[in-house]
Amino acid sequence: MRRLLVLLPLLVAATPPAPLAYRQLDDPAKEAEARGLMQTLRCLVCQGQSIADSDADMAGDMRALVRQRIAHGESAASVREWLVARYGDYVTYDPPLSALTWPLWAAPVVLLLIGALVARASFRKRA
Amino acid sequence: MRGRFLLWVPLVGFVLLFVLIAVGLWRPAERTVRSRLVGTALPAFALKPIVAGKPGAASVAFVGRPHLLNVFASWCVPCAAEAPQLMRLKAMGVAVDAIAVRDTPAAVAGFLQRNGDPYDRIGDDPTSAVQLSLGSSGVPETFVVDGRGVIVEQHVGDIRAEDVERLAALVRASR
Repeated sequence: MRRLLVLLPLLVAATPPAPLAYRQLDDPAKEAEARGLMQTLRCLVCQGQSIADSDADMAGDMRALVRQRIAHGESAASVREWLVARYGDYVTYDPPLSALTWPLWAAPVVLLLIGALVARASFRKRA
Repeated sequence: MRGRFLLWVPLVGFVLLFVLIAVGLWRPAERTVRSRLVGTALPAFALKPIVAGKPGAASVAFVGRPHLLNVFASWCVPCAAEAPQLMRLKAMGVAVDAIAVRDTPAAVAGFLQRNGDPYDRIGDDPTSAVQLSLGSSGVPETFVVDGRGVIVEQHVGDIRAEDVERLAALVRASR
């Protein structure tokens, strides 16, 4: 009991999460838009997770920021831009096409072409 | 002849992939997320004070006054570890302001009592809103802001003894 009493101030000192970290927006359309964006944003302290999946305090604060801005009428794209301007492309799981990322789109096409060439060559041999 | 050449292609492919993965293992990419705002003006903000007798932090208070903007929290252990270095910087005449992230007045007062108080101002950032607007991804982080209100540098992580001279020189040079 005494130990619990010693711990009590520590528990009281913890700050509550941001109001919109764990509460959905009242407007379902806006909540859906916010949720869509949250699933593509990287949690900065737990880098393998999106902020939608993470329980980190900072992810909660980022969710609150996303919901707040979308509730105020901002578009998901503009909130994303705001974050990318601060943290770079690394903050998003949906990377924009750039000099560094074009192979992500080109590689599947190139591999398909190689596959087609290999298939053509091997079918010819049999014929 | 052509068939023989093709025979080696998979092995060469495997070796290239092996080398790529080995390099990635020995030298992992840096995962520190740095602010893209270095070199641009400090975003506008105005935070309420968190401890009695000390003003809150506002971006307008910074113009004409090069300083360090320390993002910290009383619950953060490296923040306590860097406190002596901030006290040294203060003693060297460097102005230090702070943003307290997700913190309470009582906890911050306790932190300052235990670790010393190098701060001219401390702003209360209960939901990390200003921290996020700075492009800061954790505590502690320290921004060097010049006399025109431009972010000159972002120091990620705790300030070590060996960083003190460099940070002090940066602040002095940014008048």
